[in-house]
Amino acid sequence: MIAQEVKMESNNFSRVNPQLFSLWVGMASIVMLFGAMTSAYIVKKGAGNWLEFSVPSVFYISTAVIVLSSVTMHAARNAFRRSQEGAYKFLILATFILGLAFLVLQYQGWSQLYGNGVDLKTNVAGSFFYLITWFHAAHILGGIGALLASVINAYSLKFKVTDHRKNRVEMLTHYWHFVDVLWVYLLIFLIYIK
Amino acid sequence: MIQTESKYQADVLIEEQGFDDHFHDHHHGDKYQTGFIGHYVFSMDHKVIARQFLITGMIWAIIGAAMSVIFRLQLGFPEENLLWIKPLLGKWIEVTDGVGKLSPEFYYALVTMHGTILVFFVLTAGLSGTFSNLLIPLQIGARDMASPFLNMLSYWFFFLAGIIMFYSLFLNTGPFSGGWTAYPPLSALPQASTGSASGMTLWLVSLTLFVVSVLLGGINYITTVLNLRTKGMSLFRMPLTIWAFFVTAILGLLSFPVLASGFFMLIFDRSLGTSFYLSDIFIGGQALDRVGGSPILYQHLFWFLGHPEVYIIILPAMGIVSEVLAVHSRKPIFGYRAMVFSILAIGFLSFIVWAHHMFMSGVNPFISNFFVFFTLIIAIPSAVKVFNWITTLYGGNIRLNTAMLFAIGFISMFISGGLTGIFLGNSSIDIQMHDTYFVVAHFHIVMGVAAFFGMFAGIYHWYPKMYGRFMNETIGKVHFWGTMLCAYLIFWPMHYIGMAGVPRRYYSFDTFDAFKQFSDMNKFITVAAIVAFFVQLLFVLNFFYSIWKGKKMTKQNPYDATTLEWTTPIEPIHGNWPGKIPSVHRWAYDYNKDQREYVPQYIPLEEGEVGDH
Ligand code: HEM
Ligand SMILES: [Cu+2]
Repeated sequence: MIAQEVKMESNNFSRVNPQLFSLWVGMASIVMLFGAMTSAYIVKKGAGNWLEFSVPSVFYISTAVIVLSSVTMHAARNAFRRSQEGAYKFLILATFILGLAFLVLQYQGWSQLYGNGVDLKTNVAGSFFYLITWFHAAHILGGIGALLASVINAYSLKFKVTDHRKNRVEMLTHYWHFVDVLWVYLLIFLIYIK
Repeated sequence: MIQTESKYQADVLIEEQGFDDHFHDHHHGDKYQTGFIGHYVFSMDHKVIARQFLITGMIWAIIGAAMSVIFRLQLGFPEENLLWIKPLLGKWIEVTDGVGKLSPEFYYALVTMHGTILVFFVLTAGLSGTFSNLLIPLQIGARDMASPFLNMLSYWFFFLAGIIMFYSLFLNTGPFSGGWTAYPPLSALPQASTGSASGMTLWLVSLTLFVVSVLLGGINYITTVLNLRTKGMSLFRMPLTIWAFFVTAILGLLSFPVLASGFFMLIFDRSLGTSFYLSDIFIGGQALDRVGGSPILYQHLFWFLGHPEVYIIILPAMGIVSEVLAVHSRKPIFGYRAMVFSILAIGFLSFIVWAHHMFMSGVNPFISNFFVFFTLIIAIPSAVKVFNWITTLYGGNIRLNTAMLFAIGFISMFISGGLTGIFLGNSSIDIQMHDTYFVVAHFHIVMGVAAFFGMFAGIYHWYPKMYGRFMNETIGKVHFWGTMLCAYLIFWPMHYIGMAGVPRRYYSFDTFDAFKQFSDMNKFITVAAIVAFFVQLLFVLNFFYSIWKGKKMTKQNPYDATTLEWTTPIEPIHGNWPGKIPSVHRWAYDYNKDQREYVPQYIPLEEGEVGDH
C-alpha cells in the first residue's frame, strides 16, 4: 500500500498549486546560483588584473530571439487556455525553435569572442564570462527539454484542456519567462560591469 | 472535559470534526504497489524515506566516528605500534622495522573525511532529512510531501553522493585530504598533494550531488509547509519543530547554490585550466603559469554557505529539543512567539556573518568590524532561546526519560559552545585562537555534540512513531550519561590547548617545544574519545535490537502529547490518516491548561475557552 499514488493537491484553503509553488522555490535557488557568480565577478574585478572587453554583438540578436520566444510562449499558454488547438500547436513549436535558435546564436557569440582573443583561460574576466553564459545556456537547455516534451505531446496526443495539462503549460511558461529575464539581467550586468 | 483515554477517541473526533479531502476518491487501488522494492527501496512515502535517511546517516556516523578514533590514536599515542589496523588500512600504515605508523597523508585524509561526512552526511542529511521527512507531513496534517517523487529523488541523490565518497576512500591516492572546507590551492591543483588528485575530483562530484539532494528536499519541505497545512493549522499554531525545519530548508535553499557555484569554479580550475582561485603559486620552486585569481574568493563563497550550514545543522536540533522539552515538562513552551522570531532572526543573521571565519585570511580589518558586530548580535536570539528552554523546564512536571535527558544535555552543550563563540567572534581575540584547538572545541561542542544530542532526543522520542516500539530506557540512560561525560572530557581540555596556541590539523607535535608538553592531555582526550565511541555502539545496538524486540507501543498517544503525529494509527498507513485529516483548533502547547493535563490540537475550543496564547 505504500507505493500507491497519493495525489498531492493543495487543500482547498490554500491558494497556489504546490507544483507551481515548488518551481518558484527552485527558481529562487537558481537566482542564488547566479547571484553568487555575479557577486564573485564583482569582487574579483575589484581586486584588479581584469581584462576589459565588450559583449559580442551576436548576443544582442540572441537577446531579441529569447525575448521573442517569451512572447510566443505566453501566447501559446493563452491559446491553450482558450482551447485554440491550432494556435497552440504553432506557438509552442515556434517557442521551441526560437529556443534552439538562441542556443545557436549563443554559440556564435562565444566563437566571436574567442575570435577577438578572449579565451577561457588567459584572464579571469574571460573565465567568468564563459562560466556565467554557459551556465545560463545549461538552464535554457533544461527549458528546451521541457519544451520538446510539450511539442511532442502537442503533436501526438489528442488535444484536451485538462487541469493537469493546464498546470504543465503554466509551469513551463513561468520557467521560460524566468530564464529569459535571467538572461536579460546577465546581459545588462555583463555590458555595464566589465 | 475531553481526555484521550481510549485509543479510538482521536479517530472518532477526527471523523466528526476533521477535514474531508476526498482522499479515497483518488485511491487508484494497488496498481502502483510493487512489493518490497516499492515499499522499502524506491519508496515515495515520507515515513519510509525518513527512516532511509536515518539509517544511512547512522552508517555514515559510525564510519566518520571510527575515522576520528584512528586519527586520535595518532595524536594521543604517536609512538604506539599501529600494525594491528594494517588489515583495514593497508598501505596507509607504513611499516618500518616491524612498527606500523599511520601515514601523514592518510592522517589528513581521515581528518578531512571525518569533517565532510559528519557535517554533510550525518548532521545535514541524517538530521534534517530524517526529521523533516518524518514530522512535516505528520505534524501539519498532510497526507505526504508536496512531491513524493522529488522527495524520493532527494534521498537517492544523497545515497549516490555517499557511494561516490565511499568509493574515494579506496583510491590508490586516497580520498581528499585538504580539510572539509576544501580551500584552494590544495583543492584546485591535482598535483598539490596525493589527496588532491582523484580524491578531490570525487569529493566534488559527491558534494555536488549532495547539493542537488538538499535542494530537492528543501523545495519539498518549504512547499509542503506553506501549501499543505490542514484546516486550522495557521503558521502560528505550528509546533516549533516545523518552524525550525521550515527555516532550515530556506537557509539550505539560499546558501547551497552559492556553494555549488564555488564548486563549479573549482571544477573549472581543476579541469579546464582557468585560474579563478589561483595566483602566485610555486611548485617545487617552479612558478605556476596560472595567475590572476584569488583563493580568498573561494573562502567567501564557501563560508557564505558554511555559516548558514552550521545553523542548518543546529536549527532542526533546536526545534526537536523545544518539542521534547515541552512534552516531557508537561508545560507550554515558554515564549512561543519569541522562539519563532529567534529562529527567524538567527536564520537571517546567519547570512551576514560568514567572514568571521576569515578574520585571519587577510580580510580588511575595517570590514572585519562589520562582521564582528553581526556575529555578536547572533548571541541575542540564541540567548533568548536558551532562556526560554530553561524557563520551560522551570516548575515543570518533568519526566526524566532518555529523550528528555538528551534535550536538557543539548541546552548545556549549546551554552558552553555558544560562549566560546563569543570569544571567537571578536576579531582581535581570534588572532590568537584562529586555527587552534580552541576552534575545534568550540564547534564540536556547539555543533557536533549539541546537534547529536538534538538528534538523539528526537530518535528516542519519535522512535515509536517510526518503528511502533520503544527503545530500551536503561541502555538509553547509560548512553546519555556516557556521552555527556565523554563529550566534556574530550572537548573541555581542548580549549586550554587551543588557548596555548596549539594549531589544529597537525599530524604530530613532537618537534615543537611549545606544544610537546600537552602530550598527556592528548592521551587523555584520545582515551575519552575511544570510550565515547563505544558508548555510541550501545546506542546502535539498542536501536536495532528495539526495532524487533523493543517494548511495543500500545497507545496511539503514548506521551500524552498534543501534536497531530500522535493521532495517526499505530500501524502506519500510506496517507497517514485512514479517513479524514484532523482539523486544528489550537496551538501545539496546551499543556496544563485550565485544569486539563493536556489538550491535543484537534480538539475544538470549549464554550468560553480562550484559544491560543
Ligand atoms: C554565539 C554564537 C556563535 C559565535 C559568535 C560563533 C563564532 C565563531 C567564529 C568567530 C568562528 C571562527 C573561528 C576561527 O576559525 O578562528 C567559529 C567557528 C565555527 N563555528 Fe561558531 N559561533 C557561534 C555559534 C556556532 C554555532 C551555533 C555553530 C553550529 C551549530 C557553530 C559552528 C562553528 C563551526 C563549525 C566553526 C569552525 C569551522 C571550521 O573552521 O572548520 N558556531 N564560530
Ligand atoms: Cu560561522
